[in-house]
Amino acid sequence: MSEDQHLHSDPQETPSTETTDLSLSRRGFLKGMGTGAVTAAVAPAIFVNQAEAKQQSITELPGVTDTRIQLRINGQTHTVDIEARATLASVLRDQLEITGAKVVCDRGECGACTVMVDGRTAYSCTMLALDAQDKEISTIEGLADGDKLHPVQEAFIEKDALMCGFCTPGFVLSTKALLDKNNNPTLEEVKRGVSGNICRCGTYPRVFEAALAAAQKMRNGG
Amino acid sequence: MQIKMKKVKIVTRRRGETTETWIDVPDTGEEGWGDVAGMKYVGQRHQRIDAVEKVTGRAKYTYDMKLPGMLYGKILRSAYPRARVVRIDASKAAALPGVKAIILPDDEGAADLLRRECRYAGQEVAAVAATTLEIAEDAMNLIEVQYTELPFVVHADKALESGAAQVQDDRPNGSEPRVNEQGDINVGFAESEVTVEAGYKTEVHTHVSLETHGSIAHWENGKLTVWASTQAISATQGGLSQFFGIPNSDVRVIKDHMGGGFGSKLGPRPEYAVAALLARKAGVPVKLMLTRKEEHITTGNRPDSFQNVKIGAKKNGKLVAYRRENFGTGGIAGRASIPGQPYLYEVPNFRVEQTDVYTHGGPQTALRAPGHPQAAFAMESVMDELAAALDMDPMAVRQMNDPDETRRNMVTLGAERFGWDKRRATPGPATGIQRGMGMGAGVWGGGGGRTKAEGVIHPDGSVEIRCGTQDVGVGTKTVIAQIAAEEFGLTLDDIIVKIGDTNYPPSGGSGGSTTCASVSPAVKNTVQMARLKLFDTFASSTFGVSPHDLEAKDGKVYVKSDPSKSMTWQQAAAQLGDEPLVVQGQWVPGLSSSGVPAVQFIEVEVNTATGVVKVVRVVAVNTSGLIMNPLLWESQVNGGVLMGIGYGLYEERIMDPRAGYMVNPNLEAYRVMGAMEIPEIEVVAYNQPERGVIGIGEPPFIPTAPAIANAVYNACGARVRAIPITPDKVLAALAERREG
Repeated sequence: MSEDQHLHSDPQETPSTETTDLSLSRRGFLKGMGTGAVTAAVAPAIFVNQAEAKQQSITELPGVTDTRIQLRINGQTHTVDIEARATLASVLRDQLEITGAKVVCDRGECGACTVMVDGRTAYSCTMLALDAQDKEISTIEGLADGDKLHPVQEAFIEKDALMCGFCTPGFVLSTKALLDKNNNPTLEEVKRGVSGNICRCGTYPRVFEAALAAAQKMRNGG
Repeated sequence: MQIKMKKVKIVTRRRGETTETWIDVPDTGEEGWGDVAGMKYVGQRHQRIDAVEKVTGRAKYTYDMKLPGMLYGKILRSAYPRARVVRIDASKAAALPGVKAIILPDDEGAADLLRRECRYAGQEVAAVAATTLEIAEDAMNLIEVQYTELPFVVHADKALESGAAQVQDDRPNGSEPRVNEQGDINVGFAESEVTVEAGYKTEVHTHVSLETHGSIAHWENGKLTVWASTQAISATQGGLSQFFGIPNSDVRVIKDHMGGGFGSKLGPRPEYAVAALLARKAGVPVKLMLTRKEEHITTGNRPDSFQNVKIGAKKNGKLVAYRRENFGTGGIAGRASIPGQPYLYEVPNFRVEQTDVYTHGGPQTALRAPGHPQAAFAMESVMDELAAALDMDPMAVRQMNDPDETRRNMVTLGAERFGWDKRRATPGPATGIQRGMGMGAGVWGGGGGRTKAEGVIHPDGSVEIRCGTQDVGVGTKTVIAQIAAEEFGLTLDDIIVKIGDTNYPPSGGSGGSTTCASVSPAVKNTVQMARLKLFDTFASSTFGVSPHDLEAKDGKVYVKSDPSKSMTWQQAAAQLGDEPLVVQGQWVPGLSSSGVPAVQFIEVEVNTATGVVKVVRVVAVNTSGLIMNPLLWESQVNGGVLMGIGYGLYEERIMDPRAGYMVNPNLEAYRVMGAMEIPEIEVVAYNQPERGVIGIGEPPFIPTAPAIANAVYNACGARVRAIPITPDKVLAALAERREG
């Protein structure tokens, strides 16, 4: 990887935002730069959009329609009235007050909003809540079994793999997803497994230790 | 009362004035922290007491909070680096269903927050509050603003050119140079046998706290409560009370968990005041959290630096003369100074000349060791160049000129752990993939003071410690619990730690590596007094001894000389009767100090075909006096090193000179370290428990970038004098070497 200057080259598996029929979603509209694309000079979308937005009245925009949907989250069914453009992250956080997933970059670069959708990690900031219907969503809040923490959570505590804790729910879920597929990873595999998450406090070395320790726990039956 | 007391002198310095006060503290006959080696909590490895909340998602950050009826606020910001607002029309925004408040620059109270004269792209122009974040964003986009664009300049070197657009109306872009000199550099350079002269450059660097700046403002009967993601609840309280012209006592600031600050959240912030203005206007609470883009553009940064350095030495390596002219920009805030003497080393003749430059960019603010990494990069690079010119080991040149014995010892220790003796004596070839070793050093002050704390022992034995400090994510809560558990002979679970609320006794902001050294002595003083006062209620009557003759350990209170005479902690607390015991204490001298060196050794791998540098291995040697919790301390050192690698290799604010705005205000084009870039880090503690507590936030960040640059040179002979060391710079330096 030494030749790869692209820092977050290995994003997690995220559900595609391209397949949705709501291609004029808030996401597409507001994001100046699609996930994964790097250009030399990026116009600040917020400024450009001010001009664009003035061309149309907001109520004429597609996507701004209230819709009632059901979401299965941590085994419970929630009925919510949402704007069609609402992301899964905003519905979880602002409407359901399930706030473990954090929106940090709001464009699929940092992994702080990671949740599991049908057993796979997903960036909830780039997924429409509409697209999460009929799927099993699990968040950090659903990982422990009552007071019994998941081995990944235990290992994060033991190894001090967290500081401010803001990225921690995302790292814990990415680690869990990795270990579900591979309970005996190498250090390199662990790094790849969490390479879709960013930590600013610099907990990475201990996240790696925690992941390896959790793998050991899980091989030993949790 | 049978508690023996003694007087200690507290010296405080504020605005150049020194005051001395004498206070009474318990006379336990013990100096400092006592024998830490035998302790159960103080100085020992313990997990964070709030870790379970953090791994389960239960930890509530400001960003996670929701109050009944709460609105969401947004700030409309200038699209241009310099512009005058000639017309602003919010009628369409006001007509949007769900919009509850709009504030424009001419509105009452908005003058200092919202601008008609904008001096950087991102400056606040208007604000809205609406029932959802999405509607607030829509409303913001519906506010029509007509600007007159004006000439601007966003780079420090360009701002110094004649004819450059002027940033501040009342002064030129470049300040009068500040000169600091000693001896005579002309004599010094005449005496020098070897001189090196070079220009070094560091870039503007942003904090990237994962939780953006923001707050929730709630007015009730003219009183303001603010939940803020802040490193300084007290300063925020003071700033908001001043802004709104209400008493300090009518503003309460609360902060529980926070997602990083790194210096950018040390004071009252304009966006807190905007949220409070919106909330006052709407009559309901308003939450206003910035976006990632706003965070990069408006909440502060580390100024850049252009440093021209000349250094002269005798053939044996002894420094004789040093000259530095440097300038940099803190955007519209100007201030970009770095330490004003030859960094770290003793030079008999020196002259330093510094200029601050205004540009049309977001204001600088403190960022992890303000000024030091810039100074360290140039100094430690030029020392390495000097050593090469002298044909000497750069470590030997440093050791010879370093007046700090502690740092010299740390260098020796680190060199051994790292294997410095295996370093190539001369740079490797400019071909293939090459490895090299480099070192760097730094120094930081830190220190403590200005903190009060309160200890409460309830009659049922439960214990609370209250302190108006804040845990920015480093483990302050845990350290407080450790000190109390040790003193009371309880466990960490028995201690309820309450911090982050201006209703608790005051402490300073959590910045400058001062929190641990401020809070720990205050808590120690408090719990020591609380313990003695509790014992005083029954020591004589129950055991016929003085309270000083009792010990608290493992949930029991017993007579030191006869442990069979004992009672449980609960029984002891029950002696209080109906009333809890409440004791206030404060920071006292003798338990903390300041001034710590930092040293790093780094091995890199350079691909000479692509110019890509990868850090392979780091040995970081740090000292913190008494390390309160090595587990947490090591995490902070890791964090400093990793941010240092980011600063050295990846991170820079890129401003478009034609458009005048930051082109990479995100987490992808602004490149923060990710998992694939993490090297092996060995954290080495140089123990000095006798010095008491010293903070560790900033020191491990300072030496990293120059150590990388020096290692790159050692690997392949590419001398890169500008950070971040991106592949283009490495390739250019290699080309220079091949030509040279």
